Amino acid sequence: MSQKPFEEIVAEHGPTVLRVCRAVLGPVDAEDAWSETFLAALSAYPRLRAGSNIEAWLVTVAHRKALDHVRAASRRPIATNELPERPARDSGSAGWESGVWKALEALPLKQRQTIAYHYLVGMPYLQAADGIATLRQTLLKGESR
Amino acid sequence: MMNERRAKVDESGLFAALPTIDEEVSRRLHRRLVEAANAAGVLDVAYRTIDTPVGALLLAATQKGLVRVAYGSQDHDRVLDGLARDVSPRILQDPARLDRVAREIEEYFAGRRRVFGVPLDLQLSHGFRRTVLSHLREIGYGQTASYAAVAKASGNPKAVRAVGSACASNPLPVVVPCHRVVRSDGTMGQYVGGVEAKDALLTLEATA
Repeated sequence: MSQKPFEEIVAEHGPTVLRVCRAVLGPVDAEDAWSETFLAALSAYPRLRAGSNIEAWLVTVAHRKALDHVRAASRRPIATNELPERPARDSGSAGWESGVWKALEALPLKQRQTIAYHYLVGMPYLQAADGIATLRQTLLKGESR
Repeated sequence: MMNERRAKVDESGLFAALPTIDEEVSRRLHRRLVEAANAAGVLDVAYRTIDTPVGALLLAATQKGLVRVAYGSQDHDRVLDGLARDVSPRILQDPARLDRVAREIEEYFAGRRRVFGVPLDLQLSHGFRRTVLSHLREIGYGQTASYAAVAKASGNPKAVRAVGSACASNPLPVVVPCHRVVRSDGTMGQYVGGVEAKDALLTLEATA
């Protein structure tokens, strides 16, 4: 069986990958990571083996791109008296004030990723339990205040 | 474009509070991907559709030139699947790459253009069929030629039926004018976009 046009891959999996990028990286870097993920995926797409799980493949690529961002961010000096390098380009930024990202941001990256893969992609084999318990706790604490 | 799809596994609704992915976000991300893909040289096939008096036409181009024009009756989704198989699956909707051909086709339907100037990529046509297509481009605007005459011009006077099948499988209708090939008795004959479309094109060219 031949491959689908990549446009269909973007339409089918774009939203899920963006949700994962947002949950892992937050509002500022999520769209950069999404773009890098889909550019890398487009380049490699003809070499993808027939019958591959495309969503799992894209999340794997997104995982690597998110790590790149986190590493790059940790190398960036923190300049408190400067304006942010980039504005958050998310038009739906209102949703970010819900506290979910605040709760996620407080977690170590690995737990954040585990949560995102479990809830947004449904990858049970990624041992998500630990991260979810922590997120629930954080959210509940937030609600009771 | 991306369609909003509910997260299938977020049953607890924890993530429902994250911002939704609306049309604007989808469009912006798509545009960014197309720009990056073009810059990196990995967008092998760009496509768009345009509305014309003979219905929506699908236009697709490689980096070499226009590779496919298809009528709605040919099922655009199936045509795109065919391009993924025969050219490359690295396909994205990118209207900008097809701006020039879209403009030329609009001018053609407005009666203001007689010859198309865009570069063509004939990779979907092989052998005798490709020879036939190259001769079709010699039939001028507003003129017609018989299947037999095209067979003769293509170097094989007996291959009248093969000329018919070359026209029927023309990957670039309208731009490569297979609509100008008619039967020897003067009747129109078949057309890849349907007989009504052929009639519309020949009428346009006879009156413009």
